[in-house]
Amino acid sequence: MTRLQETGGVQWAGMALAFLLAVGLGGTGDLGLATVLLLLAVVVLGLLPPARRAWAWALAIAGALAWAGQALLPFAASSLPVWGAVVAIWLGAWMLVAQLAEAPRASGLLGRFQALLAPLIFGATLLWLWEVTVRALDVPRVILPAPSSIWERILRSTDVLWVDFVQTFVKGALSGYAIGVGAALVFALLVDRSDFLRRGLLPVGNFLAALPIIGTAPIFVMWFGFDWQSKAAVVVAMVFFPMLVNTVQGLAATDAMQRDLMRTYNASWGQALLRLRLPAAMPFIFNGLKISSTLALIGAIVAEFFGSPTRGMGFRISTEVGRLQLDMVWAEIAVAALAGSLFYGVIALAERGVTFWHPSQRGR
Amino acid sequence: MRNVIPVLAVTAALIALWYAAVVPMNAQWAQDQARRAGQELTFTALVADTMSQQRPRLPAPHQVAQELWNSTVVEEMTGRRGFMNTGTLSNRSLVYHGWVTLSATLLGFAIGSALGITLAVGIVYNRAMDASVMPWAIASQTIPILAIAPMIIVVLNAVGITGLVPKAIISTYLSFFPVVVGMVKGLRAPDHMQLDQMKTYSASGPQVFFKLRLPSSMPYLFASLKVAIAAALVGAIVAELPTGAVAGLGARLLSGSYYGQTVQIWSALFAAAILAAGMVALIGVIQRITLRRMGMAT
Repeated sequence: MTRLQETGGVQWAGMALAFLLAVGLGGTGDLGLATVLLLLAVVVLGLLPPARRAWAWALAIAGALAWAGQALLPFAASSLPVWGAVVAIWLGAWMLVAQLAEAPRASGLLGRFQALLAPLIFGATLLWLWEVTVRALDVPRVILPAPSSIWERILRSTDVLWVDFVQTFVKGALSGYAIGVGAALVFALLVDRSDFLRRGLLPVGNFLAALPIIGTAPIFVMWFGFDWQSKAAVVVAMVFFPMLVNTVQGLAATDAMQRDLMRTYNASWGQALLRLRLPAAMPFIFNGLKISSTLALIGAIVAEFFGSPTRGMGFRISTEVGRLQLDMVWAEIAVAALAGSLFYGVIALAERGVTFWHPSQRGR
Repeated sequence: MRNVIPVLAVTAALIALWYAAVVPMNAQWAQDQARRAGQELTFTALVADTMSQQRPRLPAPHQVAQELWNSTVVEEMTGRRGFMNTGTLSNRSLVYHGWVTLSATLLGFAIGSALGITLAVGIVYNRAMDASVMPWAIASQTIPILAIAPMIIVVLNAVGITGLVPKAIISTYLSFFPVVVGMVKGLRAPDHMQLDQMKTYSASGPQVFFKLRLPSSMPYLFASLKVAIAAALVGAIVAELPTGAVAGLGARLLSGSYYGQTVQIWSALFAAAILAAGMVALIGVIQRITLRRMGMAT
């Protein structure tokens, strides 16, 4: 409870104002979810021991905010009270996030969920702000569609989105990613056998990794044709050097003592690699894998701007922009963002499993 | 400097590989030409031909170097629209296109690093921002901004914002993230001992920031600035692709790919590479000078 009083008076005032405005505006719209949240909050508030009441407060605030936010949507117009309410709800959401950030971390699964809450609320607030702004200012659909119309578009054209997703992500990005990462790993093992090569290749690789490799896209499209092979080739070129540099660095990460220990065990090169140096290199390798995962999707999409069959995310984005169908463009972007985040998330999960011993993974 | 010889050797090997690849890549065209003329090509004639085609599938390194030289120095010195004849940069020269791209890059980089530093300060000093903004900064980077750059450009054009700013926005978006991450790490680099020491000096908040946190974040800041400026350049180049290829290195890439001018593509690519390398090196120099004046040089 003391935590609650520490958060700023401005935010409390804003919150109260939001609530009042929401009530004043009539509280129409679908209030099912908000009411349930509010009721739940009241019940929990009564049952919980005082130490846990912060949670109930947070829940109550969330409910009130959801209610106010929904109630405001139909009235969205560019007038002073509406903008006042928008600012008030924004302040309220901010206070909620501050609450959650200050709250003591629960342990186990609940704690993980708790860590997700603040960003989720932040994201929901952003989306809501977007929706309200578009409605209030009457932004033309060809400039910025509202999130709700984008969502409708996604639901209506799942088949097209799926075809594009398969073409760009599965065929272009994933196959290029696998080839590029595999080639870089094998090459790194070769380089690792020679100190001369390592010293020469690291600076050159670092340099090449910083270059705008995406510019090779037109060349690869010329060489490999319009279909996914050229996209995969671009991805290979983009992924290769960051991966190579990271892996070579990782393989050099063991210290002399550890390598000497391997020597006293009379371990062969392969044994030392498998038992010591590859595990020690894993944090670096995963770093490379993560960097490459975002690069892969970007490469595959951008390469489609230089020529592609009549499907694929990059193709769809560039043609629908030309037809001013911006909701479709945003739908593709949403799919790309989701696919990219999931891809990244899977790799991060694998990293947590493989390099659980590393300091950056402990103490979370 | 003990790395010089290996680096040179690797570079030489790459160039040799490139030359070796030129022959098989361009052989098909040379053979076809010879067959049409009713001749049989000897090996030396074949190699000579593959090295000097007008529109090779893979231009030889010296062709690219030649084109780079011609489209910068020669074009500006002697070209009809060159600098020496008109007093303005020729729109056929890479100096002109490079400058267009560079100005967008620098503007985006400046805004992006300012934004990144501000966000980082906010994240370090405000727990609500730490909990809510950081995950979204990470998520924002999984959105392939490069892929939606064309749309942003077209939409901004429709609103009436044209020229430098839309490109700079893409560059900003790409360059703020490395700065945020590096700067947060850097501002949090002082350990408890040092922070406690500041407390024993009875230092105020701003004093702790300017005398301890900011200086100790400098090495991190410079490392991420290097990443950021390379990213900003990529952003500016991709941002130039969609708007009908008017000016800039990206426009050169696109028009080269439309007209099959491979040598032009490669020379634009190398111009971009030289720009990137130059800017990263420049930041490296600034870093070394700054850290030395701060007594932090390694």
